[in-house]
Amino acid sequence: MSTERITKKLTFKTFRFNAETDFLPYFKTYEMEVGKDELVLDILNRIKWEFDGSFSYRRSCRHGICGSCSIKVNGKPVLSCKQNVWELVDIFKTDTLLLEPQSTKRVVKDMIIDKSDFWSKHDKLKPYLEAEIDENPAEEIRVSPKEAEELLEADYCIQCGNCYYACPVVEVNEEYFGPAQFAKAYRFNADVRDTAKKERLEAVREMGPGVWDCVKCFECAEACPKDVNPIEKITKLHNQIFEEGMAQNNVATRHAVGFKHSIVKHGILDEGELVRYSEGNIGVLKHLPEAIAMFKKGKIVMPWNMPKSKKLDEIKTLVKSSSKVKF
Amino acid sequence: MAELKYALYTGCTARESTPELLMSTMAVAKKLGIELVLLDEASCCGASHLQDFDDFLSLVLNARNICYAEKEGLDMVTICNTCQLNTVMTKERLDSDEDLKSQVNEKLAEVGLEYKGTSSVRHFLYAIIDDYGLDRLAEKVEKPLSDFNIAAFYGCHNIRPSHIHHKHNSKVIEEDVGEGGGEEAFTTEPLLSKYNDNENPYNPTSLDRLIEALKGKSVDYESKNKCCGFHADLQAPKTANRLTGTALLDAIDNDADMMVTPCPLCHLNMDVKQHAVAKEMGRDIALPVLHLPQLVGLALGIDPKELGLQHNVAPVEFV
Repeated sequence: MSTERITKKLTFKTFRFNAETDFLPYFKTYEMEVGKDELVLDILNRIKWEFDGSFSYRRSCRHGICGSCSIKVNGKPVLSCKQNVWELVDIFKTDTLLLEPQSTKRVVKDMIIDKSDFWSKHDKLKPYLEAEIDENPAEEIRVSPKEAEELLEADYCIQCGNCYYACPVVEVNEEYFGPAQFAKAYRFNADVRDTAKKERLEAVREMGPGVWDCVKCFECAEACPKDVNPIEKITKLHNQIFEEGMAQNNVATRHAVGFKHSIVKHGILDEGELVRYSEGNIGVLKHLPEAIAMFKKGKIVMPWNMPKSKKLDEIKTLVKSSSKVKF
Repeated sequence: MAELKYALYTGCTARESTPELLMSTMAVAKKLGIELVLLDEASCCGASHLQDFDDFLSLVLNARNICYAEKEGLDMVTICNTCQLNTVMTKERLDSDEDLKSQVNEKLAEVGLEYKGTSSVRHFLYAIIDDYGLDRLAEKVEKPLSDFNIAAFYGCHNIRPSHIHHKHNSKVIEEDVGEGGGEEAFTTEPLLSKYNDNENPYNPTSLDRLIEALKGKSVDYESKNKCCGFHADLQAPKTANRLTGTALLDAIDNDADMMVTPCPLCHLNMDVKQHAVAKEMGRDIALPVLHLPQLVGLALGIDPKELGLQHNVAPVEFV
């Protein structure tokens, strides 16, 4: 059996910045032979040990459970201790990989970022179980496998922040809680032992910081190294808000409900009516400039010309029989 | 090569606020000899908003749409990224959960339908690239787009979540990884190699390759795989406008003469809202934004009127 080590010569372009001494960030390039088993964390270690002892990054468990070592490689958020380097070469079809911190605007030193915004938002959503616990219980609290399964995926979150710093809404709205925080809120809301569900829903239903400001881009689902699928949990929080009768009458909730109204009436969406229904008769006026521009270009369908799906009766029957959610 | 024939799920937007998308899709399909059967019975896919309100209803309605493609014995093509994602997410859930599938089929039986899962669902972009073939398309180009820098804007719902698109939207190159066990079971070979020819959501290439097949120059810019914010347009307009504006300005700053997108919802934000977005960003914005089939159609020499370019809000003056 051959003992020759198969390697690839790779170039790592690395983001460097020390908030205490540098005015601007810069990039340093390192070349090395990389074996097929090496992980991104091995490369971070090798840069520090073989090239520059001042190179800084976070690491701890090396087992994919502490979430410390997350960075971005060629824009892709990765958990360094789980991510194989050759796999990235394969995905990006390049021998040059760009190593960057999760968020360049929050950098303290090199790959290390200030995650205080992540944690403070996390804390606001009661990321713990609230339950009336009998100090001397006669028997254990029973949770069925099916009930446990409801929260299992969300429970895998290791708070690495990959989804949070990949979220475009977090980037432009400082108030927005963020996908990891919503996944955690869902984790406890889905726990049959918890009693703080309505408090969490009150927080997450708020416009601005809450779930209605999600742009549904799936960046969070893509970024998660533990397959938590935060956007699915955000959707489930939306569902809980309606199911618990806690949906406030606002533009976001009317927007969701408006789809059902249009489908019953036309099968397809009445786009103009949806905007009016969601915004209200006064609010809709702010869309007038775009509506006029669209009208001039023949992009507005008049109510009397609104197309309908063939076999609309079938659609109506299914909506009546399948829809149980009230608003 | 067998003639290509699909069931076309138009979605709602192509029937209303982007009539030019349906016109150009039909014109391009005709020119390429692709037969499209319109699914006029179909309903709205819920656009990810009905799903927030009533998840089960959205499953039933999307399954019903697929049933009509199945009745035709055809695979479905979509022309909207959001329709594509909502339809394949329904398919994914029903195909992997017998219990859920029977709950949905119980409802569909009330109108004499049954979801079987026999039709595949893919976006027209990938039907052109993978089924028709870029080489064949390149041969049909009558008016090469060589004078233009074209910015591809992919739209979230065609590239994320990638595992679903790799399974449904793209041509999967399956690799024989052998039986489990022995040394093979512990191999550290790259795990995603079977997706080699599929879309990487962090560096998508399909639209760029298409632009190159049409002899255009594809613009390299950071925002190509980012979100336009459409799904928060009403409830978070500032967020949406900033996302739209960032992408448009990024394309402009990288010398784009025009933008192209396979998603009519991205198109609405990028084309119709340029004035509002310019106010939010504090800079003038004027960039023609074309639907995917409009761009293909121009290169194929189809009359601009047939492609509905007169319906675009941002003027397409280079034609």
